Amino acid sequence: MKAFADLFNAIDQSTKTTIKVNALADYFKAADDIDKLWTIALFSGRRPKRAVTTTRLREWGAEVAGIPLWLFEECYPVVGDLAETIALVLPPNQTTDNKSLSQWINALRDVYKASDEEKKTFVLDAWARLGGTERFIFNKLITGGMRVGVSQKLMTRALARATARDEAELAHRLMGNWHPDETTWHALIEAEDASADASRPYPFYLAYALEDGPEALAPLSDWRAEWKWDGIRGQLILRGGAHYVWSRGEELMTDRFPELARAVDYLPDGTVLDGELLVWHAGAPHPASFNTLQPRIGRKTVPKKLLAQAPVVLHAYDLLEWHGTDMRAQPFAQRRAILEDACANLPADAPVKLSPQLAFDTAADLHAYRDDARAAHAEGLMLKRGDSPYLAGRKKGDWWKWKLAPLTIDAVMIYAQAGSGRRANLFTDYTFAVRDGDALVPFTKAYSGLTDKEFREITAWVRKNTLQRFGPVRQVTPHHVFEIAFEGIQASPRHKSGVALRFPRMLRWRRDKPLAEANTLEDLNEMLRIYG
Amino acid sequence: MTRTPVLTFTPEGIYCPAGDFYIDPWRRVARALITHGHADHSRWGMGSYLATHDALPVMRHRLGDISAQGIAYGEQRVIGGATVSFHPAGHVPGSAQIRVEVDGEVWVASGDYKVIDDGLSPPFEPVRCHHFITESTFGLPVFRWEAQDIVARQINDWWRSCAAAGKTAVLGAYSLGKAQRLMTMLDPAQGPILCHTAIENTNAVMRAQGIALPDTVLANKEVSAKTHPGAIVIAPPSALGSVWAKKFGPQESGFASGWMAMRGVRRRRAGDRGFVISDHADWAGLLWAIKQTEAENIYVTHGYTDIFARYLNDNGWSAQVVPTQFEGESMDAKEDTTDAA
Repeated sequence: MKAFADLFNAIDQSTKTTIKVNALADYFKAADDIDKLWTIALFSGRRPKRAVTTTRLREWGAEVAGIPLWLFEECYPVVGDLAETIALVLPPNQTTDNKSLSQWINALRDVYKASDEEKKTFVLDAWARLGGTERFIFNKLITGGMRVGVSQKLMTRALARATARDEAELAHRLMGNWHPDETTWHALIEAEDASADASRPYPFYLAYALEDGPEALAPLSDWRAEWKWDGIRGQLILRGGAHYVWSRGEELMTDRFPELARAVDYLPDGTVLDGELLVWHAGAPHPASFNTLQPRIGRKTVPKKLLAQAPVVLHAYDLLEWHGTDMRAQPFAQRRAILEDACANLPADAPVKLSPQLAFDTAADLHAYRDDARAAHAEGLMLKRGDSPYLAGRKKGDWWKWKLAPLTIDAVMIYAQAGSGRRANLFTDYTFAVRDGDALVPFTKAYSGLTDKEFREITAWVRKNTLQRFGPVRQVTPHHVFEIAFEGIQASPRHKSGVALRFPRMLRWRRDKPLAEANTLEDLNEMLRIYG
Repeated sequence: MTRTPVLTFTPEGIYCPAGDFYIDPWRRVARALITHGHADHSRWGMGSYLATHDALPVMRHRLGDISAQGIAYGEQRVIGGATVSFHPAGHVPGSAQIRVEVDGEVWVASGDYKVIDDGLSPPFEPVRCHHFITESTFGLPVFRWEAQDIVARQINDWWRSCAAAGKTAVLGAYSLGKAQRLMTMLDPAQGPILCHTAIENTNAVMRAQGIALPDTVLANKEVSAKTHPGAIVIAPPSALGSVWAKKFGPQESGFASGWMAMRGVRRRRAGDRGFVISDHADWAGLLWAIKQTEAENIYVTHGYTDIFARYLNDNGWSAQVVPTQFEGESMDAKEDTTDAA
């Protein structure tokens, strides 16, 4: 565990990319295969089965620390992380330990079916042996969520350096449905790819935001335009007679979208499509709002009624594999031509549709489309270079997203709550209200958009201006006005204000605006009428 | 029969009716007894000041021309109907707990304190009393300080690895107390110790009063990474990452504070490295100090007051929370001149 703890510290302590990549590459060169495999797994969000419940872990932690449980529970929100809170309250370790990361994981797996009493003995023994970061990591192996400041991209880069393998190929290998309990380092990283898992998706190509207009993209004739849909980015894989649906977050969602099963009737085996999952009612001119898609995301299995209420269609915009051949190196225009042919004869009720390209000649045409995007229920335009390959990850140059300017409203902060992790003990999560006569009606929460300095300033203010506490939430004096930006607005019976916002965030702190100049419920309803 | 308490808590600060004086007052009053020179305890504008001989030079340096008297640790002085004396608090050089006795009843206002010997400040001495006023800046069981020599080794190792990589180590620390404590922990054989003006000024005051500090160099215009390769720079936290710090070339930044015990704060505040070291008592230190006083009545101020007081009440003390103008709870609002966490 010590080698992994050193790696964790090196990554955690630094804000510099080169230091993190170097530390990872050094680790990948030196560690055992099984430890390397688990390291990749942990840093990409995979985890061992939970052997102990967090309830037990809290009780045992408080007991060993010799403090009452209520005191432990008071510490938790201050620290902002359960594994760390336990690691901090326990007395210093008495001995040391030489077990590796994977040996500890195996030991945890071995007690999975043991009695509570046996588990307790095991955990207490581990706490007595492990100190500092090692103890924290041990707790994290149980509680899950080993979040450390290293992206999949950085990890892949380090892995490429340590193994002298191609970065994009490694990115592809790390995608999909693998778990250290079911594979080996060799199978995952080194083996010839022929027997690869049929469900394995390709890494998504992600666009950067276009800050200036399309005028910068000369000559425009090199470019293609599409709507940027507001659904879930998804990859539909048809291989070996089966189908698989992956989200951009690398979640396998096949069972959540059963209507896509029929795709195998219309498209050949060995096809992989990149597109947007949208709720689109038969005959409707445009997709339904993101809100209607939300209940579909939350459910692992879908009741019939919901299937009828919110039918999902994949709107395909790219072709990544065709008749079993990886098409990603082909120019976009060519991939697109094949995709259009493949979709040309799809019946009207097929679960796959072609996402149209938008014809244009000038930048003015593109501006006109963008201005119309809200009416088309799109959130802007995608601009893709016709000769671009399909790259892995977020890359600049060939693909751009050109989003609509957000809607904005000036709102009053009325509740504040501390964040967790890096934001522990800092008030970063706020509830906002609009005015309604003398009353204030809460309508949204927002967490992001301010600088650390502004969060610190507001935190100090919140401490001095708390009217009432509800657990971790503080009601504060209505005073500060913030400009809230959001992408869309929908009627919602679940919210007191009657509306739900899409992607609300703080655009700026309006120190210049007194409370009386914040927007009203009437203003909010007017926006709902126009944009809802 | 109820009698007037020896010390009361007023909007001006802690007040002693029998002696008509205040301890660490927040507002302008005629007579102030000061525990130590940090800005949230020693404020400008009092009619007269009384503090330890060791605390006075820094107070005069910070507050300018004040009417102040010095007192030795342990020396008794009668003020009106009260007998007062000052006892080491171990927080920073010159810091004191103030003992107030009226008609045989003893109260101690401890100001800020830590219970381990930092080698620089006179170590904390428990004072038996009936009523004890304690801070609780780190009054949660998640705070547990490691021995000073362990932290010293961590800092020296970091400094050495920076120097080996051709980088300057820039260490953020509060300019009164923490900065000087860190200097004494550094190994001067490793390289030059450079100090920001705010810190070097305080160094000069302390040296003049006979406190032994290692040799340091004022990081003025002529001083840079070129003139002093392999150096460590000690600067107020606000100077980390500033334009001023740029002249030290390739560098790593560190921050030394008790708050660095928490990973979230470390990632937010520490730059490259966070070192866990504080001039306040940790959880065990607070409880030890309270037991040593043998006081039954505890007044908790600054920090995790509600939680700490509840714990004391559950464990046989009679504890209450005292409101303060300064919320010691914060780990972000405080900057250089207020308090040394």
